[in-house]
Amino acid sequence: MSRLHVVSGKGGTGKTTVAAALALALATEGRRTLLVEVEGRQGIAQLFETEALPYEERKIAVGPGGGEVHALAIDAERALLDYLQMFYKLGGAGRALKKLGAIDFATTIAPGLRDVLLTGKACEAVRRKDKTGRFLYDAVVMDAPPTGRITRFLNVNDEVAGLAKIGPIHNQAQAVMRVLKSPETAVHMVTLLEEMPVQETADGIAELRAAGIPVGGIVINMTRPALLDNGDLDIAARGARTGIAKALSQAGLGGARRGGLAERLIDPLLEQAREHAERVELERTEHAELKAIGLPTYELELLPEGVDLAGLYRLARDLRKQGPI
Amino acid sequence: MTSDDMTLDASPPWLEVDALLDDPRTRIVVCCGSGGVGKTTTAAALGVRAAERGRKAVVLTIDPARRLAQSMGISELDNVPRQVKGVDETAGGELHAMMLDMKRTFDEIVEGHADPDRARAILENPFYQSLSAGFAGTQEYMAMEKLGQLRAGDEWDLIVVDTPPSRSALDFLDAPKRLGSFLDGKFIRVLMAPAKVGGRAGMKFLNVGMSMMTGTLSKLMGGQLLRDVQTFVAAMDTMFGGFRTRADATYRLLQAPGTAFLVVAAPERDALREAAYFVERLAAEQMPLAGLVLNRVHGSGAAQLSAERALAAAEALTEHAAEGADAENLEPSGIVDHHNGKAASGTAGGPSPAAATDQVAPTSASAAQLAAGLLRLHAERMQVLARERRTRDRFTALHPEVPVTEVAALPGDVHDLAGLRAIGDRLALNSAEADD
Repeated sequence: MSRLHVVSGKGGTGKTTVAAALALALATEGRRTLLVEVEGRQGIAQLFETEALPYEERKIAVGPGGGEVHALAIDAERALLDYLQMFYKLGGAGRALKKLGAIDFATTIAPGLRDVLLTGKACEAVRRKDKTGRFLYDAVVMDAPPTGRITRFLNVNDEVAGLAKIGPIHNQAQAVMRVLKSPETAVHMVTLLEEMPVQETADGIAELRAAGIPVGGIVINMTRPALLDNGDLDIAARGARTGIAKALSQAGLGGARRGGLAERLIDPLLEQAREHAERVELERTEHAELKAIGLPTYELELLPEGVDLAGLYRLARDLRKQGPI
Repeated sequence: MTSDDMTLDASPPWLEVDALLDDPRTRIVVCCGSGGVGKTTTAAALGVRAAERGRKAVVLTIDPARRLAQSMGISELDNVPRQVKGVDETAGGELHAMMLDMKRTFDEIVEGHADPDRARAILENPFYQSLSAGFAGTQEYMAMEKLGQLRAGDEWDLIVVDTPPSRSALDFLDAPKRLGSFLDGKFIRVLMAPAKVGGRAGMKFLNVGMSMMTGTLSKLMGGQLLRDVQTFVAAMDTMFGGFRTRADATYRLLQAPGTAFLVVAAPERDALREAAYFVERLAAEQMPLAGLVLNRVHGSGAAQLSAERALAAAEALTEHAAEGADAENLEPSGIVDHHNGKAASGTAGGPSPAAATDQVAPTSASAAQLAAGLLRLHAERMQVLARERRTRDRFTALHPEVPVTEVAALPGDVHDLAGLRAIGDRLALNSAEADD
């Protein structure tokens, strides 16, 4: 069973929402989860309708049956200062480094250091234990960078370990990599049933596999009900126009005769139905493509009014119903 | 829409895309916005349209979807603009396109600004290799660098640029300045020559500080990495001033009157929130904003029928059909559930409810089912419309001065020139035609 869940996906697919729903879904029956954000966007705070998250783990929601979701917005600069403090007791020197721009430098352009700090902090939370020797968090869920950058982001430690061949950065990078490549980690991909996100999901999974990073499942987000399909359209095409016009008229939508209100509705309604059927068809193709990847898939319905706190709980419940992730 | 509505409705000014593209003073169009809103497609569509209206245009894309890139003939990542075939050149324009190769761009800067020995030393340095292969900021910096190069070459009269898929859509504005200031900054000088910093007065104190610092750095990074960084920095030394200057020049180029920023968004809460933020940020940076492109907006040919009426009518028809079917000993609720159950799965194949009842119910019941389905679909569409309108209005209320153009949603993805042309047409629909 994985304890570090990394949630990625193409921009616009709802990564943050899915990560939050997953953290909630895993926080059942007294379990405690940590939801971490690494891109400084404060997306978690917006979702949970709380004030901006500080660089500090705090409880933001209660799961069903008394579980707890904690959240943390990891800030690379603070993580580096923490790290220096923890390992080197560098109070003053840390500040001096900061003044010089060294911390900024290190977290902004020093190759991969920023990513190492972010993944390092998440791995630290995964391994952290309380006084009784029990893991502090049953699961850590990371709202990770998008598909295009995820492999580089997670594999950066390998890169850094190669760059810094000895020393603490090297050791840290290796330790992080051990967690990321172990079965303790699962990277989940969020996608929509659209061509580009599905293509990116397939590419991203291939990249992750090539890098030896364990892939978990595929979350198909914002699915929409198929209200009509090609079969229905065939019926319409087979001359059901008059029948439809009559039905519309019967339902009080005006006259069914030529030029009547109901009759004039038919063309635009059928046009919408054709668009819908085309989309449904496209979605089926994309769905089959995702299935062919051979990973467990989970589906979350589109919440038409957007995701508020109640919606988030609903998504969490839907995820739980679909089995362990 | 009546004239009364026009005055009451806080409609934003329409963005005149053709006027923008046709104006010879427009030299750079930057498409920016959050991930997944169709920036790349918009940039490509603008390029095609500009070229077909007679301009010599080049589209600089950062990370296009494979099939879109193929449709423009730039599946090869060779960092050189290639002419796009199949574009109508009768108006005297042409279209070129290129995909950014960030490492190649970085290498070219090094090669262009250092003598061969020094360039080799830099290119072979492990620290440089990692830096140029794409860590935070490099892609943004290189995109701006390439833009500067294309503009300086003066070979095209219009450059359309797509921005990198950043964690935040604003990164590309900051990255060049940051990279420039780091490479040119204090810290680098410390790495190179610790004793030089500080001047006389604070010399002694600072020296203690510095040696502690380099000691710390060495402990932290490992001696070998520190040496790599120092070698890299020493080799790059002569170029640092240049980096800063170039970053500043690109920044000024973006502020120049020939540049037009287009903020691209989808009519969704998050994308528009990001767009609003972007609009404010561009204003703060004195960057010229041309307008907002609202992508994937839904419309309806039957907008006179409200969602509520459509749903009520659908209910009535379903009841009617159920009664008809009831006569055939089918449970009415069974039919409704069957329909909903299928809806929830989202992917179910199998016979459609209308087809299933076709055999048992008279034709009128089947037509009623079908009509009910059409009405439900319409209600859903009208709800989407209303939601999109609300999100757009929220943006417009905050930024009434920003011109907007709306691009109607297409059922599928675009991956050929015809599709890009269709998007271009939709982008340029002027206010009179588009007004509902």
